[in-house]
Amino acid sequence: MHIYANPLKFLSIARPLTPWLALGGLLLAILGGYAGLELTPPDYLQGETVRILYVHVPAAWLGMGGWLALAIAGIVQLVWRHPLAGIAARAIALPGMVFCALCLVTGSIWGRPTWGTWWEWDGRMTSMLVLLFLYLGFIAIANAGEERGSVSKVAAIYAIVGAINLPIINRSVVWWNSLHQGPSITLSGSTIDSAILWPLWLTLGGFSLLFGAIVLMRMRAIIADIRSEARLKRLAAR
Amino acid sequence: MSGQFAFVAAAYGLTIVATIAVTGWSWWTMRAAERRSDDVRGRK
Repeated sequence: MHIYANPLKFLSIARPLTPWLALGGLLLAILGGYAGLELTPPDYLQGETVRILYVHVPAAWLGMGGWLALAIAGIVQLVWRHPLAGIAARAIALPGMVFCALCLVTGSIWGRPTWGTWWEWDGRMTSMLVLLFLYLGFIAIANAGEERGSVSKVAAIYAIVGAINLPIINRSVVWWNSLHQGPSITLSGSTIDSAILWPLWLTLGGFSLLFGAIVLMRMRAIIADIRSEARLKRLAAR
Repeated sequence: MSGQFAFVAAAYGLTIVATIAVTGWSWWTMRAAERRSDDVRGRK
């Protein structure tokens, strides 16, 4: 793992990988989005609104997956002191927050015609809203630190502790009565008909690749800023 | 059904705008930072 602690080694991989992830993600997301709008039948109960699934589920996946990645980066930073872990955490926070917010907004748009309400203070929606506030808190703590491009130990611990919300979000529809449907996709299979399900894999893959590209872009920007600052300090010291 | 499509269009539209915004901003920030870094490296 420490092979990639050298930013130059990391950049030699990240530079060619970024456009491939971005273009591949864009292509898959467009294909999945188009298939979800045009090539799948409407649901027998929900009608056309079921198509919101193709953007809502990837947003939820990336909102939660983003925080899981933040927590892992926090562990790697605290245990192994890997120099890129803090940079990765800083890079992940913004897109994670954006997709978390998208999950809440698209879920609300889905809820109005399906449940008759934009919002309900039930376990799933409330715990997802808590995740959004956790992201805002992480960004505030990360920006308050003095670390060059990285994040403080406090921010890393905050990311690890905040991960307790992830199983709560996941199990909320099982533990409490909720307007939100129960788990539709589990390790044992899916309750969604395959005629409706298949474009979801395309949008899930596409948005995940795009998320990866965004994180790499943001990491590259942070590393470039660190290198500029270090060079300017060296020049000033002469 | 057309009424339902307004909700679908709103969800898709917001997702597209937000994704383009965060991707575009990240790309622009990266390019600007790397150009700045290249400029600084060229200084003596």
